[in-house]
Amino acid sequence: MSTTQLENLAAALKDVLGDKLVGLQTHFGEITIIVRAEDIITACTNLRDNSQLRFDTLIDLCGIDYSTYGDELSAKHGLRNKRFAVIYHLLSVEKNYRLRVRVLAENNEFPVVDSVTEIWPTANWFEREAFDLYGIVFTGHPDLRRILTDYGFIGNPFRKDFPITGHVEMRYDAEQKRVIYQPVTIEPREITPLVIREEHYGDCEL
Amino acid sequence: MAEIRNYTMNFGPQHPAAHGVLRLVLELDGEVVKRADPHIGLLHRATEKLAENKTYLQSVPYMDRLDYVSMMVNEHAYVMAIEKLLQIEVPIRAQYIRVMFDEITRILNHLLWIGAHALDVGAMTMFLYAFREREDLMDCYEAVSGARLHAAYYRPGGVYRDLPDTMPKYQSSKIHSEKETRIRNANREGTLLDFIEDFTNRFPTYVDEYETLLTDNRIWKQRLVDIGVVSPERAKALGFTGPMLRGSGVEWDLRKKQPYEVYDHLDFDIPVGVNGDCYDRYLVRMEEFRQSNRIIKQCVDWLRKNPGPVITDNHKVAPPSRVDMKQNMEEMIHHFKLFTEGFHVPPGEAYVAVEHPKGEFGIYLVSNGANKPYRLKIRAPGFAHLAALDEMSRGHMISDVVAIIGTQDIVFGEIDR
Repeated sequence: MSTTQLENLAAALKDVLGDKLVGLQTHFGEITIIVRAEDIITACTNLRDNSQLRFDTLIDLCGIDYSTYGDELSAKHGLRNKRFAVIYHLLSVEKNYRLRVRVLAENNEFPVVDSVTEIWPTANWFEREAFDLYGIVFTGHPDLRRILTDYGFIGNPFRKDFPITGHVEMRYDAEQKRVIYQPVTIEPREITPLVIREEHYGDCEL
Repeated sequence: MAEIRNYTMNFGPQHPAAHGVLRLVLELDGEVVKRADPHIGLLHRATEKLAENKTYLQSVPYMDRLDYVSMMVNEHAYVMAIEKLLQIEVPIRAQYIRVMFDEITRILNHLLWIGAHALDVGAMTMFLYAFREREDLMDCYEAVSGARLHAAYYRPGGVYRDLPDTMPKYQSSKIHSEKETRIRNANREGTLLDFIEDFTNRFPTYVDEYETLLTDNRIWKQRLVDIGVVSPERAKALGFTGPMLRGSGVEWDLRKKQPYEVYDHLDFDIPVGVNGDCYDRYLVRMEEFRQSNRIIKQCVDWLRKNPGPVITDNHKVAPPSRVDMKQNMEEMIHHFKLFTEGFHVPPGEAYVAVEHPKGEFGIYLVSNGANKPYRLKIRAPGFAHLAALDEMSRGHMISDVVAIIGTQDIVFGEIDR
């Protein structure tokens, strides 16, 4: 979005949301706002219905697990030791605006956020996905079932503490003559290690 | 009076009209659908989790495997997200190549869609015609990347290599005589651009052929007109994008409204439907064939006249040339670091969307400064479309469900991810 558009949108957001707006950041021409979990329904209704904003489409909704994000970055983004967040990507077809909304779930053990299915029906499956992969519970969702993982799957696979190999594997057992589940026999391995370099690493000085 | 109960039927996951591994639980009243409950995830590979455990470059081929009929456009969104976080410039020639291959991909995708959709509805011939043209376009993929489907051609900072000067040719065999092979190779004598230009000259006639077969066909219209009607307001609320949204009469195309790469320098039109039924969506996609063809033509002209680099010269992101790598110490170090540790992306988050043949394909990338993404979310257009299947098919017959799945252009690689 152009600079004037961003300024207009930022001004309109401050005007419409008032004290519900906890934080507003602009980066790479994208606006991110932070809203408290208890305000999400009223804030989203305003975002959709206000004539200055008209966010009529929910493009994407996803969960995120900030547990290994790094202390410095967590402090910078004001995560206050919150582990889970829900991220909404909104689009206004009428005004040609985009917006990202971040909502931190209060409880790290049992993250709960209100469902926005009443506001945007497309949130239905996206919330089921976040519930399935991260274990975030959406109150008021009409049909909160697992969606992507197998029937009878245990755990939330996209949490950072869930191993990439999973916990169980499936094989055919010749003696019992049926498919059985057993603990994984794969050794965990990492071919390319995760590296975070200090700032300005490798910059050459002229 | 006999007691009447609704009947629950299972559709798929192994059904030729399910476009992959869709399992639908249909609640039926006679032959009328009362509720459709799609069960997805049978192709779930956790691409997003895998990407968190791989360097940025290693995840590029995974993108091909999302929507496996429009490979390069998936890569496009991914590399654009990385470029946005890295704040690097892409050479203009690379941008034109990307746009050209995006449109080739759009034609590839729509060809498969028209073939499969017509086959579902009962028109066998379309499939054969569509695959004839797909063959030519996949040869373009092959010429440029070496792979017919999973190209991994777009790289952060540009494209893997420049367009080749020769096209791969057919060879004569027991089945194809020398003379016949010469005829088949007639349009492959020049460069790749010559071949693509030859295709763009032939293609409008092919689209006319498809339209002769389908557009005024009585059976085709009986199966599509007034099926799966979605109003513009409802389409936006349901998160529709791309031809699904345009079919409902909303003029929305990211290539025009939020242009990326060089789309703002190109001349093309956006077709829009009126009624929002399956037939309008069919017409929209047919017109997109012609518009994509127009864009490819303009790109071919530009690319002929303007040689130049196709990948950034920032060797922190893109590999140096082989010759330099063998001769200079610094280039060798860059090459080694790039393919062992990978490049580091500064902390931040970005959402990048492209106009995918199916709708808005978005990549939400969160980085914490490491050589691997912290979180990668793939916004697949088909996911939102399939979620609306229940609403679109209510009150229709079972056979209409098949037409609606066809019109949504469902591909499970991207929905299940």
